[in-house]
Amino acid sequence: MIDVSAFVGPYPFRHLAHATEEWLLAQMDRLEIDEAWVGHLPSFLYRDPGPGNTALFAAVSSESRLRPVPAVHPGLPEWQAALESHAGRVPAVRTYPNYWGLDPAGVEMMSLAEAAAGVACPLLLTVRFEDLRQRHHLDAVPDFPPSAVRALARVGEGVRLVVTHADRSFIEEVHYGLTPDESERVLWDISWIWGPPEEHLRHLIATLGPARFVFGTGMPLRIPDSTVARLDLLDLSKADRRAIEEENVRSWLRNG
Amino acid sequence: MLIDVHGHFYTERSGLTDWRERNEARLNAGSRIGITAHVASILGTWGHTSPTYFPSPDDLTHANAAMRALQDEHSGLVFGYCAVNPNFTEHALEQIEVGLSHGMIGIKLAASRRADDPLLDPIAQAAATAKVPVLHHVWHHRSREWLGQEASDTLELARLAERHSGVQFIVAHIGGGGDWAHTLRVVRRVRNLWIDISGSGVDIDMMHLALDAVGPDRLLFGTDVTMGTGWGKLRYLEALGLGSEALDRIRSGNAIEIFPNGVFG
Repeated sequence: MIDVSAFVGPYPFRHLAHATEEWLLAQMDRLEIDEAWVGHLPSFLYRDPGPGNTALFAAVSSESRLRPVPAVHPGLPEWQAALESHAGRVPAVRTYPNYWGLDPAGVEMMSLAEAAAGVACPLLLTVRFEDLRQRHHLDAVPDFPPSAVRALARVGEGVRLVVTHADRSFIEEVHYGLTPDESERVLWDISWIWGPPEEHLRHLIATLGPARFVFGTGMPLRIPDSTVARLDLLDLSKADRRAIEEENVRSWLRNG
Repeated sequence: MLIDVHGHFYTERSGLTDWRERNEARLNAGSRIGITAHVASILGTWGHTSPTYFPSPDDLTHANAAMRALQDEHSGLVFGYCAVNPNFTEHALEQIEVGLSHGMIGIKLAASRRADDPLLDPIAQAAATAKVPVLHHVWHHRSREWLGQEASDTLELARLAERHSGVQFIVAHIGGGGDWAHTLRVVRRVRNLWIDISGSGVDIDMMHLALDAVGPDRLLFGTDVTMGTGWGKLRYLEALGLGSEALDRIRSGNAIEIFPNGVFG
């Protein structure tokens, strides 16, 4: 399995009992997750994510199962150089325009999407870290909007977006707002898609197809067992389950 | 044995074309998870003809009757809470009398009135008389109201629990989200507050703080409307190495202790 949505580092809004790479690896061993795409959690509030990226690379450098996903801030000077330095070394780059005071579909983000496409580097977008209802009172930043995902997906053929922590309505609003070709530029992690009794995940896999979905947990904020349990509650074929757990993201990267 | 103390079902008045499928999905998922008892309620018409958290008396009358029918249809597997709105005292007490006399085993309160309001006292007294627990929806936000429901907070539920020390109160979904960290402190000293682990918003640290606050002796397994997260949390607890006795308490032992004697066989 490949977990596309994991983090190391503290969370600015409350204490985390488990914020280390050692804990992350222990959870991966327990749940038989082969590889995790790891972001540096506090970087979404840093004015410049550069030091966070340095900390991230240092934290994961000795463990090949942890793939660093550094953050790129397209509102800072020389961001293109940062992107180019990461391209080819990492599976994707993260970006948090809503927390950095940028328009999620503004000129900076469009430029980043175009540049990332140019160096064949997927963008990883986080819709939310926590449920809107339980955020710290200072965390008043709106969720990453579906309209921005649509706008970014329309930038061009080479664009690839991994969208994490989106729910059913968000996913459908984007998917059916794109052409079939544009939709193939987007992968969705399943960490925020509910199972029974509402059966959102079953519905989405049936209507959009299993090829659009990838495995993600949201560790160490979210409970990783819930994503596995959600898959266990479906009657997926072995091939479809394997596709969601790892093959979709592997083939997507191979064909990028 | 695995007892889900926080389930919900739907009816033809829920405004959903797939209400039957959702009910079946709960039972099917329960079978996969290993749930041996669903203790559940129906919150009126789920907003279709009156608000989910402020259900009308007519909607509750219909919902409770439907819940009793489900209980009869799935005898030994499905058990009912009688859902009431404390703003309609006479109706609430009548529903509790009817419901409990027809085999319902608990009382469900949404967030129609703040939990420490005197209007909840007669309902708590009815629970004490019948020796049934009260499951109270909780979603902490002491600093502001939230659209669609009255503010509901464990600090206020604790005041009700202290006024009715003989009644067992279940804090739904570890108190939900909101400013949950502050309110988990109060459950330590109020021994008739129990915590169910249901809820989509429950994060890793909520689980750890809930365990720190009450240990396994006052935690209850529950799923609410996201059964996958309920199962995930149970698996996470199992992986923490709590020991079989502690896990058995969370899975079923604590529920057996607070619901009427012998109902789960």
